[in-house]
Amino acid sequence: MTLQDTLLPRRSRTLPRLHVAIRPGLALAVAVLAVVTLWAMLPSAFTSFNPVAGLPADKLQAPGAAHWLGSDELGRDVLARLIFGARQSLAGAVVAVAVGLSVGSLLGVLAGSVGGWVEQAILRLIDVLLSIPALLLSLALIVILGFGTVQVAVAVGVTAVAGFARLIWAEVVTVRRSDYVEAAFGSGGRFFAVLWRHVLPNALTSVLAYAAIQFGWAILQISTLGFLGYGAPPPTPEWGLMIAEGRNYMTTSWWLTLFPGLVVIATVLATNAVGHALTRRLQ
Amino acid sequence: MTHLISRLAQGALVLLATFTISFILVQMMPGDAVLIRFLNPEMGMTPEDIARIRVFYGSDSPIPVQYAQSLLAVLSGDFGYSVQSGVPVAQEIATNLPPTLLLAGLGLLTALGLAFMLAWGAVLGPFSALRRWIGSVPALMVSVPVFWVGITLIQLVSFKLGWVSVIAPGPWEKLVLPVLTLALPIAAPIAQILIRNIEDVSTRAFVPVARAKGLSRGAVLWGHVLRNAALPTLAIAGVLLGELIAGAVVTETVFGLNGLGRLAERSVRTQDIAVLQAIVLISAAGFVAISFLVDLVSLAIDPRLRSQRSLAA
Repeated sequence: MTLQDTLLPRRSRTLPRLHVAIRPGLALAVAVLAVVTLWAMLPSAFTSFNPVAGLPADKLQAPGAAHWLGSDELGRDVLARLIFGARQSLAGAVVAVAVGLSVGSLLGVLAGSVGGWVEQAILRLIDVLLSIPALLLSLALIVILGFGTVQVAVAVGVTAVAGFARLIWAEVVTVRRSDYVEAAFGSGGRFFAVLWRHVLPNALTSVLAYAAIQFGWAILQISTLGFLGYGAPPPTPEWGLMIAEGRNYMTTSWWLTLFPGLVVIATVLATNAVGHALTRRLQ
Repeated sequence: MTHLISRLAQGALVLLATFTISFILVQMMPGDAVLIRFLNPEMGMTPEDIARIRVFYGSDSPIPVQYAQSLLAVLSGDFGYSVQSGVPVAQEIATNLPPTLLLAGLGLLTALGLAFMLAWGAVLGPFSALRRWIGSVPALMVSVPVFWVGITLIQLVSFKLGWVSVIAPGPWEKLVLPVLTLALPIAAPIAQILIRNIEDVSTRAFVPVARAKGLSRGAVLWGHVLRNAALPTLAIAGVLLGELIAGAVVTETVFGLNGLGRLAERSVRTQDIAVLQAIVLISAAGFVAISFLVDLVSLAIDPRLRSQRSLAA
């Protein structure tokens, strides 16, 4: 009898863990991501409707044979707009993660390998970034950068910088103190050569897993900023913006807000599931 | 003691840096708040008028002078004027803070209740399948956009079920759905940490000891495990504050409530930088203060931290 058995219900050898519950759905998660990625790459292969120009005769139709997920106030097919919107969300999230990863890596590697006052200054900068709520930080950046898809993506990316920088700093510091890196320096390795050959590959694995999870988070943030109206202007098909526009008809046309929300949730859940699977694989 | 003082100094440094960075960013912007607002040809201002207004707002002095001036002003609680409404920013914030505090307070309480229920269900629920299902709910909750939760709740609870009126609700009735909306994303991380901690604490040696002394499973869980598992939750208090503020921006916008979040949203739309800057600085100050308090509280609660730190110092 293990210690836990005295406390927990019978037959529970381990307590439920969040990621365990997701595991059977990993195949489903990969499938969801594959579909959304295909939507983003070849949207016109999945729908014959125009996502921007609607058919006025078809306006505000409930989901049915003609419009599977209904149509909006301009007679635009909701499914078509969701399919074409995938590109906005995925491209935005890619840009956001790229900004977070590149700036964060630069800061983290610099802090971890140079040390001294540079390290202290960068760590304090990370503290500053972490002390501002992410959404407020992106709002502040949007005020400066202006509205638009790219601006929103960059603003979300900057909020991810602190997390990446701290993770990479910690990795670099740990790896740097390990024996083989000391040995690499001892056997005459130049600073950057050692950094490139020994320190970075070791840090890379955990950073990639973190990036996957940040990707889902970025999609969520981008849809929030799109909903608030700071992202792409109408009539761009963007998931968050679609929900904002559908709000005006929410008493009668529930499909305008329900389906875009479900697509965002499915995509974020799928990304998180893949990210957690990656984390487990790498550990 | 030295530890606390150095923590306090570190917090002050972070705030000073936050102010400095925001000041630099504002300076880097093309034009300034005055120009953005008054250069609009519809206002019919002559260049002389604008120059006078700029002198009034102090946006014509050399940058180091402006920096020192605005730092002193901010320290004395003066955040300048809202260019949008012409009212002092401090006054805007004072009028919008109470409703947001009420919303956030109720949201946090609801979230704590929800999180404890989820953790309880995930650890003690009747069937292992049900426990696992409940355990996965927090992961689902963090993947749901807050604004969508609000809209869906309105559709479901108000329009479909007619439980809460949105047309002319009472003062408390109108808070029900916003509080729920705000609570969901806050409850998720608390529940995740609680579940993980209960799992951790359950494996400690004192648990079978307490059981062997004849305490029931529930008594051990409630008295021993939960108390030990709840304390580490304090560590994410600062993050929760951020979630509450972000949640308030979205929730107040969706439900059309007045408050700090709506003010932030409006200030972005109208480029009212002074207002947004004040909100950012106040949130950062709140974050730093809460982190410091959490440090104090954990020192007070956990004697081990005290001895470790005095040894280190």
